[in-house]
Amino acid sequence: MAQATGDMENNQQTPQPIIPEDTTTGTTMVLTMGLIGLACAILIVLTYQSTQATIEENKARFLEKAIFEVLPNTTGKVTYAAEHGALGQMPAGKQAEMEYYAGYNDRQQLTGIAIPAEGPGFQDIVRILYGYAPACRCIVGMKVLESKETPGLGTKIETDPVFLKNFETLDVRLTPDGNAIANPIVLVKPRQKENPWEIDAISGATISSQAIADILQASTADAVPLIEKNLDTLTR
Amino acid sequence: MTNETKQAQHENLDTLTRGIWRENPVFVMLLGLCPVLAVTNSVVNALAMGLATTFVLFMASTVVSLVRKLIPKQVRIACYILVIATFVTVVDYLLQAISFEVHRALGAFIALIVVNCAILGRSEAFASKNNVGKSMLDALGFGGGFTIACLCMGGVREVLGAGTFAGIPLFGPSFAGWSIMILPGGAFFVLGAWLLLFNWLRERKERAEKFTGTSFENRETSKDLGT
Repeated sequence: MAQATGDMENNQQTPQPIIPEDTTTGTTMVLTMGLIGLACAILIVLTYQSTQATIEENKARFLEKAIFEVLPNTTGKVTYAAEHGALGQMPAGKQAEMEYYAGYNDRQQLTGIAIPAEGPGFQDIVRILYGYAPACRCIVGMKVLESKETPGLGTKIETDPVFLKNFETLDVRLTPDGNAIANPIVLVKPRQKENPWEIDAISGATISSQAIADILQASTADAVPLIEKNLDTLTR
Repeated sequence: MTNETKQAQHENLDTLTRGIWRENPVFVMLLGLCPVLAVTNSVVNALAMGLATTFVLFMASTVVSLVRKLIPKQVRIACYILVIATFVTVVDYLLQAISFEVHRALGAFIALIVVNCAILGRSEAFASKNNVGKSMLDALGFGGGFTIACLCMGGVREVLGAGTFAGIPLFGPSFAGWSIMILPGGAFFVLGAWLLLFNWLRERKERAEKFTGTSFENRETSKDLGT
């Protein structure tokens, strides 16, 4: 018995390994995360505010460059917006949901109208800008503003010279009553184009080429009749 | 100069350089391969992705090292991700302001820097255990290593796939590009070739060290990995 008691005393005196007790409370954790979140939010807001003006400028510059690319021989532009079936000039500094950019040459003659359009592509929404020339009643240029198509394949809609040649004189004449496109734009297999309203597909990027054809078909169905009805307003 | 100072300088130099070559995040540790495979189809894209990642890595490591003693260990990963995501958002805005064209080319992959395991890995394995100076050096080294790896991939892929280097034509108009090289599939081939080269160089060095009597295995190459 005495020996047993002695053993117990010896056991009590044996130093135990010290494991520091974790005293972190839930409040501390929440506070830490809250403070870090607050600091991060302040940093993001500061960066947003300091870069927003430059980003808007870059976007506007990119759009302006695209307008002059899709409307050949253009030196100036005026922005119009559609309201109740009529095109009205946009006051400087204001923005509308759907804008039309009328391009003019040195002699202030209308060269065409640049029209933004968008639709689903292979991976995400594809945003394009195309130029419509009332003189030939055709599309005279197309540029992809934003797309997330497959690099090297789908992105050929932006770079492939043979594909882009489709949009140099793509026929979008209206029916005699002026309410619809006489021959809606269609996509055909590569090198099978026979009519001026057909688009040659890109081999290996059929879905992306189809997306461009669909976007143009849908957009021209609304935009071209509207422009033709308001041609007097646009012609200075 | 005392021995201690010399040793400290040697350690700092080692911290800076090991991410570039000996523990290269892409070619040795195989970390952050998603952006490496996806956006290195041209030299410009590769450079932009490398610099953006280096910026995020550097800033995240610095901040994590600064606040390492204040963050409870239970919420440390959530805090690191918060810090990393913040700097990714910052770099996204900065890139849009600096070069809208490059931002368009990189697309969604800028936002995906948040989930680059090389960045979270360095925050957890190094910055949370070392002082600010060392963490900054480590981040610069690993960021540099990541950028060099991206450039190695982008250079080969652009030359073979498009016949250009940084947009400059190399082979004339009759060159037919090897399109697979620009696609993600081609990135696997190029990465495989680079890994082959890196492993061959390492084995050759190992053989040389064995021959001269110093064992390669004795070198502490991954003591800070926590693995």
